[in-house]
Amino acid sequence: MSQSNNAIIERAVDAWMEEDVDVQEETVNYRKGTVKKVLFILILLAIAVVAAGYAMAVGTYPISFFDTYRVVWDHFFGEIWDETADYLIFEWRLPRICTGILAGIGLAAAGVVMQSILRNPLADPYTTGISSGASFGATVAIGLGISLAGGTYAIVSGAFVFSLIPTAMILAVSKMRGASPTTMIMAGIAVMYIFNAMTTMIKLFVSPDQLQAIFAWSVGSLDGATWTQVGTMLTFVVVGYLILQFTSRRLNVLSTGDESSRSIGIDANKLRIICLLVVSFLTAGVVSFTGLIGFIGLVSPHICRLVIGSDNRFLIPASAAFGAALLTVADIIGRTVIQPSTIQVGVITAFIGGPLFLYLIIKQRRSSRCRSCR
Amino acid sequence: MSIMSLKDVHCGYGDGKEILSGISFDLDEPGFICIIGPNGVGKSTLIKLIDGIIKPSSGSIEIYGRPLQDYGLRELSQVVGYVPVMSSDFNVMSVLDTVLIGRFSRQKWRTTQKDISVAVKSLRAMEIEDLVDRNFNELSAGQRQKVSIARGLVQEPKILMLDEPTANLDIRHQLYVSAFLRRLSEKTGMTAFTVSHDLNLAAKYATKIIVLEKPGRIYAMGDPKDVITKQMIKDVYNVDCDIVDDHGTPHVILQGVLEE
Repeated sequence: MSQSNNAIIERAVDAWMEEDVDVQEETVNYRKGTVKKVLFILILLAIAVVAAGYAMAVGTYPISFFDTYRVVWDHFFGEIWDETADYLIFEWRLPRICTGILAGIGLAAAGVVMQSILRNPLADPYTTGISSGASFGATVAIGLGISLAGGTYAIVSGAFVFSLIPTAMILAVSKMRGASPTTMIMAGIAVMYIFNAMTTMIKLFVSPDQLQAIFAWSVGSLDGATWTQVGTMLTFVVVGYLILQFTSRRLNVLSTGDESSRSIGIDANKLRIICLLVVSFLTAGVVSFTGLIGFIGLVSPHICRLVIGSDNRFLIPASAAFGAALLTVADIIGRTVIQPSTIQVGVITAFIGGPLFLYLIIKQRRSSRCRSCR
Repeated sequence: MSIMSLKDVHCGYGDGKEILSGISFDLDEPGFICIIGPNGVGKSTLIKLIDGIIKPSSGSIEIYGRPLQDYGLRELSQVVGYVPVMSSDFNVMSVLDTVLIGRFSRQKWRTTQKDISVAVKSLRAMEIEDLVDRNFNELSAGQRQKVSIARGLVQEPKILMLDEPTANLDIRHQLYVSAFLRRLSEKTGMTAFTVSHDLNLAAKYATKIIVLEKPGRIYAMGDPKDVITKQMIKDVYNVDCDIVDDHGTPHVILQGVLEE
């Protein structure tokens, strides 16, 4: 080693071994970054709350934006001063809004985690065939009248059970030697095509009324939401979300690749299987009630990732808040744009999500090209 | 106590073909260990075996006197670190956040001042402190390589396995990283275990060289000046060369390829 080399290396090793290093500036910057991410989440939550207030105001019976909050407050803590407003909000509008918020949280959180565990920005509950399974289950219940439960839960139980089949297939594939996230996505796509074909087959033989019911379910809607439904969804979403949030640091480790993850202390396969199961239950718990609402699981993580990066500790809550806000706004648009008729929320999310997604991709490509020019 | 001990280790990838056959060696002293050998001979497989990333089909591996399989994943990550040949990170994070991931097994819930301190020190050690706030995705291959090494260092392992750590680096940083790992092993007792294709870099900085030959066997193991020979390069690589003495270190001057 040359003398100069010796001195440089000696300094570097001594610096590495030093115990008291001044990292005040880096620590302050790191904490500032954390505060910014938390702030972003709080802003999204505030938007969701404002959107929910506006959604409560929208309808044929006029209630002002600020009065909606007053009605809710007085319902719980005060004296009901407008019984009609109270009835409309609590019996009709709020269950629908809560269903939308819960669906937004569940689908967006599921999307973030799907993208993380499959290391693919296009992964979401739909890419992996979960929605196709649910769709087939609903079609079987509506078209053939076969389901585990009767009455209002016939479609829900059918959709729920069948939405778990693609997950089981993906898990079976993941156990095979040499299976990678890509093979898992391909397995999901294969299952999706099989379920789509079977759904189409059933549609060929059902009555026009049944066909209409199948169509209404498949476009995704918040119509007919009830407090019972909200209660069931709440259980799925809260439990699922908390488990996913708990795994967020592990998901960050998983982003380094399977081999590095193991070296850092994570069994990538085990984590992937646990997350896949939780995501499936979470998604099934949502879509079995609402039908297929697209783009929330795909767009929400993408937009939030552009703002706060991909640290899952913050990305999961941010995407959940974004999903809740986006779905509430989409429902407001659906309810107001051709009043008194309603456009299903699934159609609106696709209309908003598609162009927004395209715009983001183009913007991202442009900015990365400019960076490489510099 | 032996740092690591491998006894008759065999490893294959399921199609019946063995990558490594009958690997046995003991490592009693820390140092900068270099594994060399031609492509496909099982160099990367060997370091993945020692880090528990893949399992041997037979044989035993002990780390600090304990069978490898007795270590929990978190515990093992504090003893053996791993730096892959190519970072396959799927994230949009700052360089600091990316390096902090390596602290996982030493963290409880939140990132502490100590974690940030170790991460910043590792970035300084790799001369990339100025990249601390940059997005990892915007970095060049060489910069990513150094971030990966920094992430291996923040694990504060007793043994650090590095798969071709200088593959994407310019000549200054090839020398710097090699010299740094050598000196670090001397001063801290950490063992750096690297795979390399650069025989001169290995000869200059390694305390011990392990030469693997096809089909996945140890051809030689020992001091660089005993291992880096004209005959070894002919037998293992099918390459003709001259070896000159560079202040006590063998220096390889390549001449041409020989028939397989």
